[in-house]
Amino acid sequence: MALIHYREIDGRSRGFYALLALLGALVLAGAAAAWYMEHNGHWVTGMSNQIIWGTPHVFAVFLIVAASGALNVASIASVFGRGLYKPLARLSGLLALALLAGGLAVLVLDLGRPERLIEAMSYYNFKSIFAWNIILYTGFFAVVAVYLWMMFERRMNDFTKPAGLAAFLWRLTLTTGTGSIFGFLVARDAYDSALYAPMFIIMSFSFGLAIFVLVLMAACHWTGRVLGDVLLARLKNLLGVFVAAVLYFVLVYHLTNLYITRHHDVERFILLDGGIYTGLFWFGQILIGGILPLALLYHPTLGKSRRAIALAALAVIAGGLAQIYVIIIGGQAFPMPLFPDKEVTSSFFDGVVATYAPSLPEVVLGVGGVALALALTTFALKVLPFLPTSLADADVDPHHST
Amino acid sequence: MSEMKRRVFVLCAMLAVAGGSLFAPVHAADPKPVGRVPSPTVKIEKGEKCVEPTDVIRRDHMKFILHQRDETMHRGIRTTKHSLKNCIDCHADPKTNSVLGKDGFCESCHRYAAVSMDCFECHSPAPRKQTGGANTSAAHAPGSAP
Amino acid sequence: MSLDRRQFLGLGAAAAGVALAPGLHLIDLVQARSPEDKVNALTRWGLLIDTVKCADCEACVTACHEENGVTGHNRPATDAQWIRKVGLRDKRTGHVQTLPLMCQHCESPPCVDVCPTGASFKRADGIVLVDKHICIGCRYCMMACPYKARSFIHEAVTDQKPDVPRGKGTVESCTLCVHRVDRGQIPACVEACTKDGGQAMVFGDLNDRDSEIHKRLRSEPSSQIRPDLALNTGVRYQGL
Repeated sequence: MALIHYREIDGRSRGFYALLALLGALVLAGAAAAWYMEHNGHWVTGMSNQIIWGTPHVFAVFLIVAASGALNVASIASVFGRGLYKPLARLSGLLALALLAGGLAVLVLDLGRPERLIEAMSYYNFKSIFAWNIILYTGFFAVVAVYLWMMFERRMNDFTKPAGLAAFLWRLTLTTGTGSIFGFLVARDAYDSALYAPMFIIMSFSFGLAIFVLVLMAACHWTGRVLGDVLLARLKNLLGVFVAAVLYFVLVYHLTNLYITRHHDVERFILLDGGIYTGLFWFGQILIGGILPLALLYHPTLGKSRRAIALAALAVIAGGLAQIYVIIIGGQAFPMPLFPDKEVTSSFFDGVVATYAPSLPEVVLGVGGVALALALTTFALKVLPFLPTSLADADVDPHHST
Repeated sequence: MSEMKRRVFVLCAMLAVAGGSLFAPVHAADPKPVGRVPSPTVKIEKGEKCVEPTDVIRRDHMKFILHQRDETMHRGIRTTKHSLKNCIDCHADPKTNSVLGKDGFCESCHRYAAVSMDCFECHSPAPRKQTGGANTSAAHAPGSAP
Repeated sequence: MSLDRRQFLGLGAAAAGVALAPGLHLIDLVQARSPEDKVNALTRWGLLIDTVKCADCEACVTACHEENGVTGHNRPATDAQWIRKVGLRDKRTGHVQTLPLMCQHCESPPCVDVCPTGASFKRADGIVLVDKHICIGCRYCMMACPYKARSFIHEAVTDQKPDVPRGKGTVESCTLCVHRVDRGQIPACVEACTKDGGQAMVFGDLNDRDSEIHKRLRSEPSSQIRPDLALNTGVRYQGL
């Protein structure tokens, strides 16, 4: 195998600056939305005392989950010794950092008192999974930064494997923590399940790889670097496996609930008569996020088309957002089970399905987080050599013969 | 790297000057106007003297309040000496019924010192009405304090 | 120990209560604690609510929100509610009940478990509170509370009561009128229920064998809301 050459992208074209300007504008809009929400208070959003976490949390959780998943490509190379993925490891680490930064920015800017973040750093309640996550998120930055350094610095290359292993274990812990935010909530029927931790891990594999594939295709396309068919075929097959695995976990989660009588009502809500949430579940999460990408990726002819692969990755992302929307907002919309066998009424929306419509500032804040992640990635590609000069089959595949 | 060191030194010096200027007004809070800067209004409405000597309370009032805050909030200790409510009871302007406002005791001095305080985003800046417990039907067990 | 003015007035009020209130047995005697003493775990404050007596009124709600300065902006979805009246109708028999619901002051509160900063905490005497000084407004406690007892303050607050600080961007809930309890009074809801409502509420020390609430709980049946969660709530109900 030829030695891999990495080089910064040129970053002088009109397209590059147009992209940065667009992303920058979206980041600024997100910051303005956050300021608007903080200045007026959260009543200007769609969130309420019923729907406590809204669209910002959908974006934040999606980005944080995807961040740990984006690191997988690097782990496959360093930890599992697959040489084919090695040229992609640097980009994988970069995307992981950028996506996490974007997600955390959204999460923090939605806080009621974001200026008090220092309290979250100085007072810890170690029984809180949230407090653990604060350590896991900040630690993730450090661990991945060290991992990247081992990859970049030739003298340190020998330590890539242990650093990669540490990062891999850390990211598994991190996603366990993110899933457990919901898994450890005993109060609500839709949560309170240990399945959330492994389900979030497999979701992260899927969402993170989908974003990785799209960013890789765009970066190679726009900078005129060759992306070989062998490598892309491997990535898309892997994506297909992950998408199927997510579907499996969703199936097991719902089968478990369907078996347990006291969970029948919440299952009926999500699967049958929950309105927008039922629609998002079947059409967004299952059809667009699951069946469509599987069909595209494994279709004998379409599966070789780059457009189809890109479309499949986009569908995974759209379906993933729908899935997290159903989990976070659908899970809160279903009324809390205070009194079994009773019809409950009050002036505080007890016993009724909570209404929620995403407000503009919430959406703009969430999109701003995505834009921040992409802007950081774009900028980093220009200043450091993250991307190989060529990913042509002959350059990356040791067994390739032309 | 000497250039770098020099820059760090300059930065530290600037920070030190900026930090020092934050504390300067505590010592310079004389009622005499200094130049064009309007001096704070220090009006004491009630009581003979403060719970601490003036120079101590000027310098350390935030520490007393912070300490008392945790004592009251978490341990239920309701002594009034260093409580925010006690400050307000003595220092609120009877005309505005508040420690805030342009000439309010807290706000005028904090504005002069350019130190922001967020106490009153939650706490009432008004003094308590005289509470004697007479307006309640609560019953006391006599002398049962341990 | 000599009586100070406050205690003297309290005694006077108690004497007036004996003379005037026929339902005095519903008012619990509250042990006075001097201001210097910190709260301790010998006491555990609680409420007993008899849903059979709970009248179709809002006296407790009105009194609570007046006492604590909980005012709204006519926006029901985002306005805070510390206590609410809940109507129940049995799905099979149609049996109708009403009861007040507020923070249940759990022994093992889920809100305290999940709070990242420890702003949500339980005082030694069992009262669950939010330390707004360190609350960052993440609302995880609201996700975790099984009773929907907490509210997020969605907009700026003015005209707070001196005893009850409240501010935008933090979470709040029933404090069991901790400021009143600390000076030897009973919570505003209980007082109002006794005076203007159905005399359905008793406040007292769950650990004190001589207290009204302890006597009732050991001689009469009672239950907790969502006993399946085993949170050992400080608020107990009868007739559920």
